[in-house]
Amino acid sequence: MTENLQLNSDGKLKHFLTIEGLDKALLTEILDTAESFAGMSEQQVKKVPLLRGKTIVNLFFENSTRTRTTFELAAIRLSADVINMNIATSATSKGESLLDTIRNLEAMFVDMFVVRHATSGAAHFIAQHTAPHVSVINAGDGQHSHPTQAMLDMFTIRQIKKEFAPLRVAIIGDILHSRVARSQILALNTLGAAEIRVIAPKTLLPAHVETLGVNVFHNLTEGLKDIDVVIMLRLQKERMTSALLPSESEYFKCFGLTPSKLKIAKPDAIVMHPGPINRGVEIDTRVADGPQSVILQQVSNGIAVRMAVMSMAMQARGNG
Amino acid sequence: MQKIAIENGRIIDPANQTDSIGSLYIAEGHIISVNETPGDFTPDIVIDAQNQIVCPGFIDMSTRLRQPGQSHKATIKSETRAAASGGVTTLVLQADTKPAADTPAIVELIKDLADKADYPNIVTIGALTQKLEGQELSPMLALKQAGCIAVGNAGKPVSNLLILRRAMEYAASHDLLLIYRPHEHSLGNKGCAHEGAIATRYGLPGIPYTAETIALAQCLELAEQTGCRVHFGQISCKRSLIKIQQAKKYGLDVSADIAVHQLHLTENDMEPFDSAYHVLPPLRSDQDKQALREALSEGVITVLCSDHQPHDLDAKLGAFPETEPGMASIETLLSLMLKLVNDKTISLSQGIAALTCNPAGILRLPSGSLSVGMIADICVFDAHMSWTIDSTTWKSKGLNTPFWGSTLSGRVTHTLQSGKIIYSLN
Repeated sequence: MTENLQLNSDGKLKHFLTIEGLDKALLTEILDTAESFAGMSEQQVKKVPLLRGKTIVNLFFENSTRTRTTFELAAIRLSADVINMNIATSATSKGESLLDTIRNLEAMFVDMFVVRHATSGAAHFIAQHTAPHVSVINAGDGQHSHPTQAMLDMFTIRQIKKEFAPLRVAIIGDILHSRVARSQILALNTLGAAEIRVIAPKTLLPAHVETLGVNVFHNLTEGLKDIDVVIMLRLQKERMTSALLPSESEYFKCFGLTPSKLKIAKPDAIVMHPGPINRGVEIDTRVADGPQSVILQQVSNGIAVRMAVMSMAMQARGNG
Repeated sequence: MQKIAIENGRIIDPANQTDSIGSLYIAEGHIISVNETPGDFTPDIVIDAQNQIVCPGFIDMSTRLRQPGQSHKATIKSETRAAASGGVTTLVLQADTKPAADTPAIVELIKDLADKADYPNIVTIGALTQKLEGQELSPMLALKQAGCIAVGNAGKPVSNLLILRRAMEYAASHDLLLIYRPHEHSLGNKGCAHEGAIATRYGLPGIPYTAETIALAQCLELAEQTGCRVHFGQISCKRSLIKIQQAKKYGLDVSADIAVHQLHLTENDMEPFDSAYHVLPPLRSDQDKQALREALSEGVITVLCSDHQPHDLDAKLGAFPETEPGMASIETLLSLMLKLVNDKTISLSQGIAALTCNPAGILRLPSGSLSVGMIADICVFDAHMSWTIDSTTWKSKGLNTPFWGSTLSGRVTHTLQSGKIIYSLN
């Protein structure tokens, strides 16, 4: 169902809700399309007319700076008209009002929604209920999925490492609450990475995490051996108050990425982080700003990948 | 009152270990004879039950009818019609009406609404604590006098164990059964799906099996200490069954039921984010389902219920975690029970007992069998007739069933309550 919902009758990407159900060819197509946009940002004229006359609404029910900005820039560079809507939601807000919001915007002849929502399945729900001519791009739903983030990470990995097949990738931190990790794991498995490891204390790992196709480590030193790509996840402060961790300092001691810990990984390992980073909590400043860090490259690549996904979805939507 | 003869049906009456072709004769609301035509009996109505099964009317141990308080979802009138079409002649109503059934006035109101709907057999479970808040004891004696057959928590937490102990002691003093759905809310942690591979994949907050087993274990310990009779509602996990079995072996007066959909659906059946599958307790693992089936077959669990929870469309329209849990399920109760018989999980007689004499025994209701002299609560059904769930067949106001559009087999043709035909097909 998830699979079919995302694709039109020709198997093209109509909505981008999750990596699940998308094959290697489609993920590669996204990466290749992004490649064609990647050089554009450095040119004098940073625009192509691909989405001229189209209206895109960034519908953010949850705060975001980076993701929203790169989606906005991506839309602008594709010559679309963009409207940003930040809708603070209360815990009691119901699907009813979510649906009403969507229906109202649809009535204004919107072509695409970029949606971020605190509840897993929200983007899926919108895609199911939106008019057939509207595309939905998931910019993060609850703990479920953040597919454009995963694809920009894949793009960055491919830029540097070229091939996925030989790569051992470690994802470190709060896997339990991370939609980014879930999407990255799906993408890396689809693209054929040799090994994916998750490294975290048990409190930050979801039940049966190994069923996602990962090896589980509770010890950073052991987990970093032979690793080509280190992906750090953001640790939210509220994890302390919810008894998932005793303190930031203890977390940093066990799972914080310091220069000496990084030495355990392969010498040419790269360090990634979806941001925003907590220096001194999950990552040492020297690593974040060090030569192996590609964190800012990830941000730049976010624009190209989002342009790719938006243009592909807009093209596919005409064909049912 | 009309005299009714139900002729040539296969009479299955587990309470009397009957399974034979025969006829039933009903007058003055009671069964006056089985098989032998009474001397001066001239029936006003003859029901030809050839090739059909005649059994006691079903007693559904866990339902929500949404009245009082939520009549936008469903009403006692709409849901009793659904119940009648499903062969259910006694509805056991959970205490979480709005307001909760914690005063005799609410119980009386429900009785009035039931009478107005021409379906008097609604029995209410009284709230164990005031407003079901788990803080102060409800007036249990007054509730009992008003007609409550038991007290219960309706799945709400009684997080202070001292209060649970006192409530159980007090219930035991008045010889009241406690109907308890075990759920430790702190472990449930606002979850909406079974904590397993599927919840992990879809990023759905999980409910671990320990949320059930720990609450169950606590309640079992207190049952032993207080002498309170306990019936556990909607058991969903394998490990709960082990505990119940042990307690029974040990001589504790405990029983339990399963919501029948738990015996057919698991986490793997959940269409991604389809709110029709959002139920509490959540759809568990395959292993749990198998264990529940075995427990039913071996008699560790003796009761099946629908756990009927009709909803309005808006309640189910949203991202999965934000939708309300529950399934409208009273009309699928018989078909899903029969599916277990077809799967050879249980015998037909076992299945009928789980819907009739077993709940009657636990609730001490004067129904659930076809003995001469009993009130004529009867269900006649065709075990092989198939039907499709759609707007032409469905009676409940709640359309929230994952079986919508499916074809199931087993259809009620007649339902009698106190000797009155309250439903007939066509």
